[in-house]
Amino acid sequence: MCSERIKSRTFQLRVWGDNACFTRPEMKVERVSYDVMTPSAARGVLESILWKPAIRWQITEIDVLKPIRWESVRRNEVGTVMSHRASGIYVEDQRQQRAGLFLKKVAYIIHAYFELTERAGQNDNIIKFEEMFIRRAKKGQCFQRPFLGCREFAANFELVDSDAEHHKPILETRDLGFMLYDMNHTGPEPMPMWFRASLENGRIRVPPLNSQEVRQ
Amino acid sequence: MTDAIQNRYDFVVFFDVKDGNPNGDPDAGNLPRIDPETGHGLVTDVCLKRKIRNYVQLAKGGNNKGYEIFIKEKAVLNNLIDQAHDREEVKVKDKGEKTEAARQYMCKTYFDVRTFGAVMSTGKNAGQVRGPVQLTFARSIDPIVPLEHSITRMAVATEAEAEKQHGDNRTMGRKFTVPYALYCCHGFVSASFAEQTGFSEADLNLLWEALRNMFDHDRSAARGQMATRKLIVFKHDSIMGKAHAHKLFDLVKTIRINAEKGPARSFSDYCVSINEDSLSDGVSLEKQLDV
Repeated sequence: MCSERIKSRTFQLRVWGDNACFTRPEMKVERVSYDVMTPSAARGVLESILWKPAIRWQITEIDVLKPIRWESVRRNEVGTVMSHRASGIYVEDQRQQRAGLFLKKVAYIIHAYFELTERAGQNDNIIKFEEMFIRRAKKGQCFQRPFLGCREFAANFELVDSDAEHHKPILETRDLGFMLYDMNHTGPEPMPMWFRASLENGRIRVPPLNSQEVRQ
Repeated sequence: MTDAIQNRYDFVVFFDVKDGNPNGDPDAGNLPRIDPETGHGLVTDVCLKRKIRNYVQLAKGGNNKGYEIFIKEKAVLNNLIDQAHDREEVKVKDKGEKTEAARQYMCKTYFDVRTFGAVMSTGKNAGQVRGPVQLTFARSIDPIVPLEHSITRMAVATEAEAEKQHGDNRTMGRKFTVPYALYCCHGFVSASFAEQTGFSEADLNLLWEALRNMFDHDRSAARGQMATRKLIVFKHDSIMGKAHAHKLFDLVKTIRINAEKGPARSFSDYCVSINEDSLSDGVSLEKQLDV
């Protein structure tokens, strides 16, 4: 038995969709997407296929398979939140027209592994969850429909076998600046974490959570 | 919340427009939304959700317990009186339980909260309810050609205008239409969230009913003639599902026929077919509407 392993093998999941919006935190009202998928969005996609409190997903790389293209959509939104103390919101009174700058025709390969957390029980082991994930991802099963940043941008997904056709990332290299890594929920308030992202031949390397590159 | 649905659903809605504007673009002076690179028309997810809400509000009446609509449009109101007050069932709870009680109350009372979810001002950070139903942008099958029509009104708004025209009293206006377009929208129902909001089989059937009839109660000068043409539902026999959604959607083929007669001008210029033989095990097909 190799239940001593603390890390799963690294999976490759191809995800794609018509649109995506990985919203930049500094531009949340009129949403503007990052150029590429954030590690936190990639984690969300994996968690919508398989997640238990016993595991934590860690993204290692994100490959960008399609050229980065944009689309602007302006929609009527409501600028307030619901309260059980009111019996409704009239959209005419709360209307806000907001534009969004979304990505268009996107496809990525997420490289990720998971590790066990301290909440893992006696019967939880890496192999069990590995097999569950492979089974689900191969069959197209999911806990909820994965999405690309916002729920209206549903994602298709498939497990990439290493011997399958090779999906080549785009040939683009540039610095993407500081990018949201993920949210830290350990404190009383969720806090953002950042990392310096760069595209190297269409590939983004994502540092592990405990590395010096992740700034709180 | 015991009667929540136990199946994952992936669905496709086909709807068409004739001489109307299905969804105006506020950025382009209310022209029909269009993807400038491909010329395909676009109808946003929120546009369709609005129509579902309006249909349910009309079909279920204003005070039908459990089927009220929270995000309302004044146009479809039937004299609802808004009263802001603390709900008894929420007020009696301890502080820690208040958030959950409020959430449950909202899900129980409002169809749209139960179906689409909501962001609420409960708890420390706004409490979130994720609803089971997810709609995507609808896109037209072929590129669309928006037409611009100049129209006249035999009246003016102000005295000053009347004087300027020496009593001619005419105003020019513009309206935009699409001569014909067939749109396709993909949607998903995640049963795992249905458990959390109490979205039941009855709610699901109401959702299908709303998708079939949403344009019948949304007539206006701008819309022209719109109708749901097909609603194709893939039902999985489990919560997690049994097949890739994209593979199921690929079984639905839309073919342009009569192309030699020129551009498409009616639904009979398209043939929508489903390859039922290739359905995965554990997935069944429900055609909720077949015209």
